[in-house]
Amino acid sequence: MDIKAIREMFPILNQEVNGNPLVYLDSSATSQKPLPVIEAVDEYYRMDNSNVHRGVHTLGTRATDKYEGAREKVRAFINAESTAQVIFTRGTTTSINYVAYGYARQKLQPGDEIVITPMEHHSNIIPWQQAAAATGATLKYIPLQDDGTITLEDVRNTVTENTKIVAITHVSNVLGTINPIKEIADITHDNGGIIVVDGAQSVPHMKVDVVELDCDFYAFSGHKMGAPTGIGVLYGKKELLEETEPVEFGGEMIDFVNLYDSTWKELPWKFEGGTPIIAGAIGLGAAVDFLSDIGMNNIYEHDKRLANYAMEKLNTIENISIYGPNERGALVTFNLDDVHPHDTATVLDSEGIAVRAGHHCAQPLMKWLNVAATARASFYLYNSVEDIDALVDGLLKTKEYFGNVFE
Amino acid sequence: MSLNNLDTLYRQVIMDHYKNPRNRGIVDGDAVSVDMNNPTCGDRIRLQLKVEDGTVIDAKFEGEGCSISMSSASMMTQAVKGKNINDALKMSEVFSDMMLGKDLDSDLDLGDIEALQGVSKFPARIKCATLAWKAMEKGVKEED
Repeated sequence: MDIKAIREMFPILNQEVNGNPLVYLDSSATSQKPLPVIEAVDEYYRMDNSNVHRGVHTLGTRATDKYEGAREKVRAFINAESTAQVIFTRGTTTSINYVAYGYARQKLQPGDEIVITPMEHHSNIIPWQQAAAATGATLKYIPLQDDGTITLEDVRNTVTENTKIVAITHVSNVLGTINPIKEIADITHDNGGIIVVDGAQSVPHMKVDVVELDCDFYAFSGHKMGAPTGIGVLYGKKELLEETEPVEFGGEMIDFVNLYDSTWKELPWKFEGGTPIIAGAIGLGAAVDFLSDIGMNNIYEHDKRLANYAMEKLNTIENISIYGPNERGALVTFNLDDVHPHDTATVLDSEGIAVRAGHHCAQPLMKWLNVAATARASFYLYNSVEDIDALVDGLLKTKEYFGNVFE
Repeated sequence: MSLNNLDTLYRQVIMDHYKNPRNRGIVDGDAVSVDMNNPTCGDRIRLQLKVEDGTVIDAKFEGEGCSISMSSASMMTQAVKGKNINDALKMSEVFSDMMLGKDLDSDLDLGDIEALQGVSKFPARIKCATLAWKAMEKGVKEED
């Protein structure tokens, strides 16, 4: 991969922040957007803007073709069998909520179990807490190992014949843990349950094949993979999506509307009530093309190299705690001993380095780690080893700075 | 901005309060207790106020957070102790104005709190500084 050429596709990176070249290490929160995405959205608004699936005029047809064309691009990208299984949503959170409301709440009964893990993002915890409370189902957790991984033995011990739903992240947004989804899906299916996967941190960074993984629902966001904010995807197996009730009712999702009842459109449109996120979907289609041209395997290898390099370099810093397993996705979460992560992030920002500090929408996991907050550096295809060197320099300066003021 | 500019944020007196917090702990006897957190970042404070005849006679805090939130809590407890409720609330207003970067009445004696003036230049950190003050406002209003 030619990082220099790739960086030129991301105009935002070419700027100074607080007098230093921007070093953007917060892609797990949201990625930067490449020119083809920015231009696709720009062109849509300049040339084609119109509502979709209605009217007969030319712009309407163009907008519809682009919107549905984006759906086909996403379908191919995750290897779904049909575009009927690719539902455009607002993002991962909305996608998971659609499953929790439209599927889980119809199906669950007292005595049924929902199984999740302590490493989940709040968006894959709270919808299940709510579904459990509404149906009388029980919420159970697969325990974590000391290194922040889960074992298949623990999965087998936690998932029972009463388990109707296993909801799990593919890649942890804090620990970087990569979960063995295919194996967990097999155990879930052997017990008669379904698996819902949070793919927010995986789809941007690795080749995801929903058929090969045999997952029942798979949720991800566009904005972490170069697309605009406000667009995401829910993939589902067809028979399950047929059984899932729409969550939003109104225009665009109906077949016939009578005075007292109505019928829904077929998949995927029964889930897309109201004017859809047209420009967002078109931007996502452009992002998929952009990533596919570079190659998801190349991106995976690149991100992995950066994560390994970061682990190696950060480990040379004295009095640093690094959280999560050695084998990890494209991020490193850490704390400098005696310096609060907000303070670390402020000093790094003064050097032009953007990292995340806080609880990363994973309060149960913070409790498990026994910390109130952490700092996180996350990487993407436009990051280089020089960015990580800058981070290490920044952290050494942070230590020095706080060492001095503490004198 | 260089590291030197950070000195406007991390003043010596702030780091002193962070390292040696005043009034950390639990109030003896009856007290109003307020738990407050900053949900976006995880900073958390439990503030206890003992109010008698409209005067804050004791204030103590526990919690965890960054240097700005914890030093601000330390300074706030120091500042409101012995003040009547109205003066404490007025001080909180002044503090808010300070965070917004407004010009302050030069006659005001802010004591150590003045050191936090630099926070107004770091918008992402203002919420850290105001957490303890918000807890205090809630506490004295509950007491009222």
